Amino acid sequence: MKKFINAPEAVLAEALAGIAAAHPELKVDGENKVISRGGAGRSGKVALISGGGSGHEPLHGGFVGPGMLDAACPGEVFTSPVPGQMLAAAQSVDGGSGVLFIVKNYTGDVLNFQMAAELAAEAGVSVQTVLVDDDVAVQDSTWTAGRRGTGATVLVEKIAGALAEQGADLAAVAETAKRVNAASRSFAVALTACTTPGSGKPGFDLPEDEMEVGVGIHGEPGRSREKLRPAKEIVATALDAILADQPLAVGDETIVIVNGLGATPLIELYVVFHEVATALADKGIVIARNLVGNYVTSLDMAGVSLTVCKADADMLGLWDAPVNTPALRWGN
Amino acid sequence: MDTDLARTWVQAIAAAVEKHKDHLTQLDSAIGDADHGVNMHRGFSAITAALTDYKADTPGAVLVKTGTTLISSVGGASGPLYGGAFRAIGKALDTPATDPRQFAAALAAGLAGIQKLGAAAPGDKTMIDAYALALAAVRQQADAGADFAAAAVAAADAAEEGMRATTPMQARKGRASYLGARSMGHQDPGATSTALIFRALAEAVVAR
Repeated sequence: MKKFINAPEAVLAEALAGIAAAHPELKVDGENKVISRGGAGRSGKVALISGGGSGHEPLHGGFVGPGMLDAACPGEVFTSPVPGQMLAAAQSVDGGSGVLFIVKNYTGDVLNFQMAAELAAEAGVSVQTVLVDDDVAVQDSTWTAGRRGTGATVLVEKIAGALAEQGADLAAVAETAKRVNAASRSFAVALTACTTPGSGKPGFDLPEDEMEVGVGIHGEPGRSREKLRPAKEIVATALDAILADQPLAVGDETIVIVNGLGATPLIELYVVFHEVATALADKGIVIARNLVGNYVTSLDMAGVSLTVCKADADMLGLWDAPVNTPALRWGN
Repeated sequence: MDTDLARTWVQAIAAAVEKHKDHLTQLDSAIGDADHGVNMHRGFSAITAALTDYKADTPGAVLVKTGTTLISSVGGASGPLYGGAFRAIGKALDTPATDPRQFAAALAAGLAGIQKLGAAAPGDKTMIDAYALALAAVRQQADAGADFAAAAVAAADAAEEGMRATTPMQARKGRASYLGARSMGHQDPGATSTALIFRALAEAVVAR
């Protein structure tokens, strides 16, 4: 293992200290492991809290700020946070209008956020939860833990965050968050496995000339392992999986994210985006907005995920609203 | 089980987790995300520290404290699942329980807690596969009029049998479920830590 770390067990605490130093506008509570906007909860504004295992940066801490999250709760690397973190976050950012938990669908995240929601309710904070489960690589969702939450998390956090900023109530913010998740599908392909600081070894073996098709953001296996192919064919596979699950019609507007999983050069992401844009244009599908970059990573995995959200005018308007966070910033 | 035995049990689990940390992580890297040993070790280290100055009058108080500490320190799925189980067991043991029947009832409350949260059933390749057999063994011993020590040893043997039985199973819950048929042939890490927990109880009882 070669990493820029001091000690595996110190990675999270030291990264949090780094975030605090780089972003003085954020409040980093090292003891409770909560990253939040500075200041108290705002009256009349629903607070958005997300969290999950670390190793997916900028998710979630990089999306804390005006227009997006109010707080993020990072767990240890690839390990969900504990309920006390979300309780501390909820109590610190709730301005009386309630809190929306945005939770990626993994057993550990679901259970810890569920316990946190019960504790927060006992403490007098209204909580609603939205589960993000956009990964179409998981086909047999009845006999598994269900679809995994991946790239759509960014869309949910941005769009629901903008609505909360406008003063919508908790039910409306939760409903929009669920609508964005329901309109989004993702599919990822890995060229290499990632290595957690704790284990020191790659999470799976992938020969030099092979790729894991449908990989999860913790290195969960996908649908198949195949010989590496040109970007155009890989994109076709990912798009086929996404469109088979959610067919789109000519003229439909979308938000597309071509996301790097941590060790993919940006130039390759643009090659991929070119293929996605060409393929969707051939089908008459409109890419109304896009992101190309590293938003939901998997440590040092070389790989790419594609997220397609069928966006209505409401969603596009909220997407365009100002946002000011470390990793997403426009309209200010 | 009295208050001292509850403490000794938890300390024995902490020692077992320390000893088998790498093995648990190894099992988890085959079909999960390679953090079960590290997470359990973090949790039980926190418990050892938390119990040092903790004054408990009942075995239940020790176990509730254990559960609460697991929930607040482990993370992942095993934090809430084990934490919830220890809390439920503890709440059912507000007086010393020397009768295996009482202990069986407490273990049943723990299992109900795990199943309520995790929604797993026997055969899904989870901690339930070890736990449910251990509970059945304690019940059987209770019905046969056995003493607490015999019940604890039977529970440990049964949990290990349940743990080994997970190897050929296909996972249907948790992260291993994404492997589908590829999860077969690997022993479940959660069932393995459950077997450690019951073996620790048997050793704590026999050592008295």
